[in-house]
Amino acid sequence: MTMAKVIVVTSGKGGVGKTTSTAALGAALAQTGKQVCVVDFDVGLRNLDLVMGAERRVVFDLINVINGEAKLHQAIIRDKRLDNLSLLPASQTRDKDALTEEGVAGVIEEMRDKFDYILCDSPAGIERGATLAMRHADIAVVVTNPEVSSVRDSDRIIGLVDSKTQKAENDERVEKYLLVTRYDPIRADKGEMLKVDDVLEILSIPLLAVVPESQDVLKASNLGMPVTLGSPNSYAARAYTNAARKITGENVSVEIPQDTRGIFSKFFARKAA
Amino acid sequence: MRFLDFFRNKGGSAPVARDRLQIILAHERATLSANPELLATLREEILAVIARHMPIDRDKVNVSMDRGDDVSTLEVEVELPLEGGPNPLHVAAE
Ligand SMILES: Nc1ncnc2c1ncn2[C@@H]1O[C@H](COP(=O)(O)OP(=O)(O)OP(=O)(O)O)[C@@H](O)[C@H]1O
Ligand SMILES: [Mg+2]
Repeated sequence: MTMAKVIVVTSGKGGVGKTTSTAALGAALAQTGKQVCVVDFDVGLRNLDLVMGAERRVVFDLINVINGEAKLHQAIIRDKRLDNLSLLPASQTRDKDALTEEGVAGVIEEMRDKFDYILCDSPAGIERGATLAMRHADIAVVVTNPEVSSVRDSDRIIGLVDSKTQKAENDERVEKYLLVTRYDPIRADKGEMLKVDDVLEILSIPLLAVVPESQDVLKASNLGMPVTLGSPNSYAARAYTNAARKITGENVSVEIPQDTRGIFSKFFARKAA
Repeated sequence: MRFLDFFRNKGGSAPVARDRLQIILAHERATLSANPELLATLREEILAVIARHMPIDRDKVNVSMDRGDDVSTLEVEVELPLEGGPNPLHVAAE
């Protein structure tokens, strides 16, 4: 088996959709047939288990594995819907200091030959938790909402990806992609929200996908299903599915959600980035 | 989903979210705050008891959990290295 690609899902700013996107992208990658594990790095505030619908089944977590209290295979929870999708939960009771640099390195190393993709759900912020989550990344998915503080924090995070990751320290390149979430085409049209082009121009990294503000996402979280499993035909699910295909190397054009109230409703595809 | 929920929910997802949260938070408040390492401790002690009577490979132990609203199941699966192939022993606790 080939060595896994490690993907960090990061943002700087909190609440922009990292955990939602980790679950949806992870499921979408698994739906293409890849072996996928999503890892919750938000120690003390785990939520990925809830969004994945596995909260009742958590026994051990990342910190237990790091401390040698459980083996990796004992802590990993296999998804009930997709057997090539797994979750490594974060600890709910320890604090961020329980994550150690060597511990994280050891766990990622052990996982590399067992999966095709390892997705690390980063905590918010720019401190230790966030830098440890991105430490081993080959790919960084920068989750951004089209508003000023989120874009500014994303810029900051991109700087960290370019300096604090192992690849950066070895003069190698981490692939960076922009994932715009909670995009409201009506408000963007009215000039009340930054447009995708504005965000792209400011951050100047390639666009992975644009996920609209969507009830389907909320509903999927309520049910404990990544949106690509819960509402596979929704626009949000399509955006994540196309993002997953792009990550696997397919040449997919990025769709920008359009205002659907007009006569020519629907969305049209557009080349971007 | 339970039978009655079907009538209560009217297709909305929020009631499911509320039920899921009530269950998981009740568990977190009860067990975790009292003893966050309860599961690890239980596993260690169960394994120690079994190990007193037969050799076991600690890597071949799986512990799974299902937290319900009335009962939770903790399942400890231990592979016993006997002649004639693996012979898993289940220890279930409620
Ligand atoms: N496309 C979307 N449409 C509507 N709601 C969304 C969308 N994406 C995320 N949300 C909602 O936004 C909230 C925050 O999402 P999420 O928890 O994924 O963010 P996060 O970046 O992981 O937050 P934190 O920084 O606290 O870890 C959640 O309530 C989620 O359901
Ligand atoms: Mg999160």
